[in-house]
Amino acid sequence: MSTPSAGAACRALLRREFTLAWRRRGEMLLPLLYAVIVTTLFPFALGPDAALLARISGGVLLVTVLLAMLPALESMFRGDLEDGSLEQLLLAPQPLALLVLVRVLAHWATAALPLIVVAPLLALLLKLPADVLPVLLAALLLATPLLALLGAILSALTAGARRSAILLALMLLPLAVPVVIFAAGAVAAAQAGLPYLAPLLWLGAALVLALALAPFACAAALRIAVEA
Amino acid sequence: MSRSYLPHWMHLLGSPPTFYRFAGALRPWLLASSLVLAAVGIYGGLVLAPTDYQQGDAYRIIFIHVPCAWMSLFAYACMAVAALAAMVWRVKLAEVIAMECAPVGAAFTLVTLITGSLWGRPMWGTWWTWDARLTSELVLLFLFLGVIGLFNAIEDRRRAARAASLLALVGIVNLPIVHYSVVWWNTLHQGSTVNFLGPSKIAPGMLWPLLLMALATHLYFFASVLNRARVGLLEVEGGKEWARTLVMESAR
Amino acid sequence: MNHDPARADAVLFCVRGLAFARNDEPVFGPLDFTLDRGETLLVEGDNGSGKTTLLRVLTGTLAASAGDIRFDGRVATHEVLAGRALFLGHHPGVKNDLSPRENLAFLAGLYGTHEGASIESALREVDLAIYADTPLRLLSAGQKKRAALARLALLPGDLWLLDEPYANLDRHGIELVNALVAAHIARGGATLLTSHGAVRFADPDARHVRLALSL
Repeated sequence: MSTPSAGAACRALLRREFTLAWRRRGEMLLPLLYAVIVTTLFPFALGPDAALLARISGGVLLVTVLLAMLPALESMFRGDLEDGSLEQLLLAPQPLALLVLVRVLAHWATAALPLIVVAPLLALLLKLPADVLPVLLAALLLATPLLALLGAILSALTAGARRSAILLALMLLPLAVPVVIFAAGAVAAAQAGLPYLAPLLWLGAALVLALALAPFACAAALRIAVEA
Repeated sequence: MSRSYLPHWMHLLGSPPTFYRFAGALRPWLLASSLVLAAVGIYGGLVLAPTDYQQGDAYRIIFIHVPCAWMSLFAYACMAVAALAAMVWRVKLAEVIAMECAPVGAAFTLVTLITGSLWGRPMWGTWWTWDARLTSELVLLFLFLGVIGLFNAIEDRRRAARAASLLALVGIVNLPIVHYSVVWWNTLHQGSTVNFLGPSKIAPGMLWPLLLMALATHLYFFASVLNRARVGLLEVEGGKEWARTLVMESAR
Repeated sequence: MNHDPARADAVLFCVRGLAFARNDEPVFGPLDFTLDRGETLLVEGDNGSGKTTLLRVLTGTLAASAGDIRFDGRVATHEVLAGRALFLGHHPGVKNDLSPRENLAFLAGLYGTHEGASIESALREVDLAIYADTPLRLLSAGQKKRAALARLALLPGDLWLLDEPYANLDRHGIELVNALVAAHIARGGATLLTSHGAVRFADPDARHVRLALSL
């Protein structure tokens, strides 16, 4: 009866998360639909002027992706808390912060990655110049895991609270400001022909910092949440 | 238990009844001296201080705006220190103080934003501009509101306080990043920022009322937080003997 | 204080002066008891007497207001208890969208399995072999409960902390719980379980603790 290695535990957790996501794959489509609806509304609201749309497209896409991630983030730990699986996770002979990290990355892969996959299509609708697309994708690939890690802390904090998507948005906004600034800033800089590497590197640095620290904050928040 | 790590005087003051009496005795003095200093400071700022050669009399709003801006950050720092103590030692008093710092800090932040906007009207010709300082202040307001919102969304008072304390600590890591990113964003999108407040620009006749106002707002902050903490303590300690005796006595 | 320190070290689970208060309202305690290998402790009390709270304090989910809990002579922190204690609470701790087999595979991935046990054998023990691959949400409440109980037949752990294991179970299910506990005791494990008293526990040797509300 030896305790499984941390790697084996992470694999078991990943398998569970991906199986669950696959069983609820209908739900995974909803954020995509939401993102498509929001981006198609902009041309209707502003007029189909290609130059105007191209100018705002980077920012609009970033904000849309952020908003589309919110509902899934809000319920990230709520189910685990309500059915008792969170207690089982906390009592397991495994490093909790590592399990939390794996959990968040699995969440990112199932909830945010599909949004990045449709992002080029949305960029096309909003007339983003094609040569800026790689910068947009790089910005999204760095910004979305960062948002998932920050959102996970907040999701853990609100798991035992009254259900409220607005509360999560209120808490996430100050944390998301730098992420949105650097990600949209990189796209804007690339569009203006300015150097865009610096903001991307800042995003990368923030992501590394969040990868190292957020799981611990999230684990602490989960321990508070299970007291309910 | 873990409380024994604290020095003796902290342990003593951390006891709710002792703190309640201590805070009750201190508060009138803090409040009175704050009001006196504020009266002198306002007189000095609005009447005695010289008119600015560039901005005329409109600059005089700094005697409210600047102390409040300092206080908004100071309140956040106080909240974070109390929050850290609440997380590490689980001291009930620290939880209460951290949570009572938030509304007072939010109020100072709001006053900063409003006075900044009033000041912006004659200076920039607009009520709101996305200047780095004002934007950071707005984000700070949202941080305060998030802490207050989370605290009120959780039923159990002590669990709510610890969850909101953790959020406050996440926020303090975030705050310098926000400020830095907003400054960068400002240079990217606007080119130059308007900067009124170099300390070197301030004439001595303007400086002393400003410092007096800063002192007054600090004292007011402490008076307000102490008072709120007394009420907060009564709320969480309602079942305890000392709280009951106190309420019975005051009812008589 | 204990007179014989060697004896105190030998006891698997030792609780001294344990009390818990929620917002300064005492919920239970102070409680003293020990639980050794091969022993079963039945905590009895009415609904709302603090049984569930006691178990959550014992697992470390809630912090005690006073007293200490020792496991194998060491203060029972998360690190000490992890992998040695198995908890079954009010919430089943299984996912409704997963089958019993998938749920067990996940738990075994975190906790490991005890000697000679496999997912198949555990499912057979709780009579769920034919539903091994059916998602839990298609099963009845009793079958779900048995899917949650199946972990007791699979995961390692010296100390079982079972909160109302008989709830939602028919006569057959109750015997199943008793058989699982008996096998665990025979292997040298210890069990603490709660019940509001409606179900009589089969083991006549089990020690009973009536959880006294602090009046």
